[in-house]
Amino acid sequence: MTNHWVDIKNADLVLIMGGNAAEAHPCGFKWVTEAKANNGARLVVVDPRFTRSASVADVYVPIRTGTDIAFLGGLIRYLLENDRIQHEYVANYTDASFIVKEDFAFESGLYSGYDPERRTYDRSSWDYELDENGYVRTDPTFSHPRCVLNLMRRHYSRYTPEMVERICGTPREKFLEVCELVASTATPERAMTIMYALGWTQHSIGSQMIRCGAMLQLLLGNIGVSGGGMNALRGHSNIQGLTDLGLLSDLLPGYLTLPRDHEQRFADYITARTQQPLRPNQMSYWQNYPRFFVSLQKAWWGEAAREDNDWAYDYLPKLDRVYDMLQTYELMYQGRFNGYLAQGFNPLAAAPHKAKLAAALAKLKFLVVMDPLVTETSEFWRNFGEHNDVDPSTIETEVFRLPTTCFAEEDGALVNSGRWLQWHWKGADPPGEAKTDIEIMSRIFRRLRKLYEEEGGAFPDPILNLTWPYANPEHPSPEEIAKEYNGKALADVVDETEPTRIVRRAGEQLSGFGELRADGSTACGCWIYAGCWTEAGNQMARRDNSDPTGIGQTLNWAWSWPANRRVLYNRASCDPSGRPWNPERKLIEWNGTRWVGADTPDYPVDQDPAAGMGPFIMNQEGIARFFGRAALADGPFPEHYEPFETPLGYNPLYPDERRAVSNPAARVFEGDRREFGNAAEFPHVATTYRLTEHFHFWTKHVRLNAIMQPEQFVEIGEELAAELGVAAGDRVRVISNRGWITAVAVVTKRIKSLDIDGRRVHTVGIPIHWGFTGLARPGFLANTLTPFVGDANVQTPEFKSFLVRVEKA
Amino acid sequence: MALESQDIVRRSATTTKPPQVRRARTAPVAKLIDTSKCIGCKACQVACMEWNDLRDEIGTCSGVYDNPLDLTEHSWTVMRFAEHENERGDLEWLIRKDGCMHCAEPGCLAACPSPGAIVQYANGIVDFDSEHCIGCGYCITGCPFNIPRLSGVDGKAYKCTLCSDRVAAGREPACVKACPTGALVFGTKEDMLRHAEERVEDLKSRGFENAGIYDPEGVGGTHVMYVLHHRDRPELYNDLPADPKISTLVKVWKGVAKPLGVAGMLLAAFAGFLHYIRVGPNETTDDDEREAARAVGASAVRARRETTDE
Repeated sequence: MTNHWVDIKNADLVLIMGGNAAEAHPCGFKWVTEAKANNGARLVVVDPRFTRSASVADVYVPIRTGTDIAFLGGLIRYLLENDRIQHEYVANYTDASFIVKEDFAFESGLYSGYDPERRTYDRSSWDYELDENGYVRTDPTFSHPRCVLNLMRRHYSRYTPEMVERICGTPREKFLEVCELVASTATPERAMTIMYALGWTQHSIGSQMIRCGAMLQLLLGNIGVSGGGMNALRGHSNIQGLTDLGLLSDLLPGYLTLPRDHEQRFADYITARTQQPLRPNQMSYWQNYPRFFVSLQKAWWGEAAREDNDWAYDYLPKLDRVYDMLQTYELMYQGRFNGYLAQGFNPLAAAPHKAKLAAALAKLKFLVVMDPLVTETSEFWRNFGEHNDVDPSTIETEVFRLPTTCFAEEDGALVNSGRWLQWHWKGADPPGEAKTDIEIMSRIFRRLRKLYEEEGGAFPDPILNLTWPYANPEHPSPEEIAKEYNGKALADVVDETEPTRIVRRAGEQLSGFGELRADGSTACGCWIYAGCWTEAGNQMARRDNSDPTGIGQTLNWAWSWPANRRVLYNRASCDPSGRPWNPERKLIEWNGTRWVGADTPDYPVDQDPAAGMGPFIMNQEGIARFFGRAALADGPFPEHYEPFETPLGYNPLYPDERRAVSNPAARVFEGDRREFGNAAEFPHVATTYRLTEHFHFWTKHVRLNAIMQPEQFVEIGEELAAELGVAAGDRVRVISNRGWITAVAVVTKRIKSLDIDGRRVHTVGIPIHWGFTGLARPGFLANTLTPFVGDANVQTPEFKSFLVRVEKA
Repeated sequence: MALESQDIVRRSATTTKPPQVRRARTAPVAKLIDTSKCIGCKACQVACMEWNDLRDEIGTCSGVYDNPLDLTEHSWTVMRFAEHENERGDLEWLIRKDGCMHCAEPGCLAACPSPGAIVQYANGIVDFDSEHCIGCGYCITGCPFNIPRLSGVDGKAYKCTLCSDRVAAGREPACVKACPTGALVFGTKEDMLRHAEERVEDLKSRGFENAGIYDPEGVGGTHVMYVLHHRDRPELYNDLPADPKISTLVKVWKGVAKPLGVAGMLLAAFAGFLHYIRVGPNETTDDDEREAARAVGASAVRARRETTDE
């Protein structure tokens, strides 16, 4: 989230799209209820299904799954055509006036630089034009044909209400009703929040859907303000913490990145990431990358990370490619993995194309499952009748199950969607022989290190030299690890402008990332967490909920990264001179000498606004980008592409361009392409999702949840049900090109069949929660059906749009 | 506000005064269910089972979201989902938390023949005491909302207690505690009515012209109330009764019939007494016995005795 849960109560308009907050985040949804009841807010829900969120919405609008960019692009067009944007915000805080390179082009769904063989772009033309000083050229009059605003206007001119209706199936008058509501927040006194979740991420164009939402918010001046923002609702209680700590194959903690193959030299790595300003007097905060990186290396390797060995840069692996979930299972499927540790993860249930996953797991020599529950993954080799019809005698994989504690059986911090690190305390002892994940990993690590000590190896240094300063090396405490993330001074740290002044004594906990140094005098395990456990103690355990300004800014409740800042980009809540756009919901303001207010300023506290530093300090430009430059793999502007399994078979924007039907830059493995289904054989559009009664594949092990929703079902609309002769409660078979499931049919008015470019399209809803282990009635894994393809940038699987055929069972 | 008082003001099948006859100082309480804020998450169902230590069966899906499908001895509250297409053609998903309404004039209590099996506290809560329940099921007949359920195991009737145990200790019912959106709130009935009026005003501003409070007069008002978008059509919410009343049967039986019955019994006793006064005790003499033996025949009597012995 750019903002946080409580801040949603300040919204005037709540747009839930690509998510179902009431269903999947019922506790956080209370703030939507607050906004409606006490702030007169209106709630708009755009979704293929009339959801639990829609049940309390003022306006519900149907949309075909996977077509959100067409809808959002139509909204952008509406705002530009009708001049319903916040002009001063757009002119000062975005790249609208920046001029783009002359060789940038977009035609028939393809951007300049496309290589159809490799399905990738040469992105060098996707950039601004720079002047002789290396600064970007701009046209504040917006008359240059290649300024971003005009390129954007041209790009989205195709997304007319008629086109939106053709692609999305959304009735025109409904779409225009939403346009008018959204446009009403272009004024400084009104704010819209966008709440989204996996309904946007789980598409082959997921990253661009989210970007498109952010562009809409920028046009309206809704980023950085109270009651506004782009608010990602994280799906697990600590998934925000997972990404913060870099638990993805190409990340390091704090969104630092692992080196690539071509970055064998430290200088190449660090120069590429130490971004210089693209305009005069901009902060470009990533200029501090060396401080974060060196401090991380010091936290990991201590004395072994020295200036003369480039801070142990050679210890880091250099990636030949990103080993995301799909890539990993593809390689496993090819038989190129011997062993696999599934820690708190149930890939047989959670990854697409169950048959492929089962075959991949069967090629392993060993599989270790660390989990509090008996997961389907740990039982993949056992026959459960039609729900898991395998022959155990043909599977040689040796499976080890290591029972772990669950969150309530250990201390620690969970990071919520609003970036708050909230410390929690153990509620009960774990049952049986369960151990914490920390203890299990520590013991495995120490055994491995002993093997390296005794037997050597190709390059044992990173393992042998890893710092392990814990009181009980077999079981580091959560407190010790939290302190390590925060970081400490290894030597006295001095003020950089006043070198005689010591700001932090050696051995002390750091107060924030401002104290980090690139000379090896500080260690910090995750720079954005610096400040969570200072000399003043555990800031995450704070429980003072006083809210002096009444807008939900409880700065003494827990701790939020970065720097206990609750609303990111909050400098943009003020006009260029430093006056709040909306004095009623004031986050910060310039008092003539300092920035003060209800939040930690996202800006240097003594920076006079007259100097013109932009509010988006992490960007080289100091402003926010409509034009994404080369940051994303599939284009600088979001563009609608069909899901890989499309009910149309063409892209209505350019029906004859075969290369741009679906995302031209998405990675597709050869075998998986053959397993995509087509609309002739699989005419129904399917989407998977969660229900309130369950959490993923966990709570079917819990009696109370199993009572609330005991048996697997799929949802179909009344029209499709009539066509199939199916009544509510009948069993149906749902078939994709990768497998089939059977389930009870819930026949509902809440799923409407849509008219898509002249054809009738039926949607099938498939809740994911059942499987062949647990207390609920046994069922099929929903991912038996889903396609093995992901987003072009982050490879999140396309769980939300694929093709099936429904039959009466 | 003293919510802790659990003084009994009404007791089933009891004609004597309630245990306390002093004036109750406790304000009547109420739970307000705002259907316009409810998202049907079922947290209330789970909280109810947890607090009251109930566990229903792991059932089946019958083609709707509702589960368990109906109230049972273990499910004292269930969410009922209804799909309604309004005049504009827009869909509304009307979700209603169903359970005991805690009527001010409880039909169940009126119908109950077992002394003390159903009581009403000074704060308005209507509670079942299974110690005294005889399992006759009359409370079900008496309830205009079809709430109590007989247990298949002990044969006794069960329903929501409005967490009388929690309320007695100054806490809100478990379902209210668990509700994530504030759709359930609890307090004095006066406060709840005031809050409900604000909610109705908000709904009217959103185009629900017939929004209103459901606190039906036919049962003297209830201690569980609803805010409805469509107060004019409560039946849209899975057949919430438009005008609930204690059934005529119970009224006749415990109303007109009860004093008549009592009068009948008294009359019979009085007649017996008069007969005794006038005729005296009806005793047999030895002469009577001899005459009887002659009439039947001694041999016949003997023969019958022998047959019986075999």
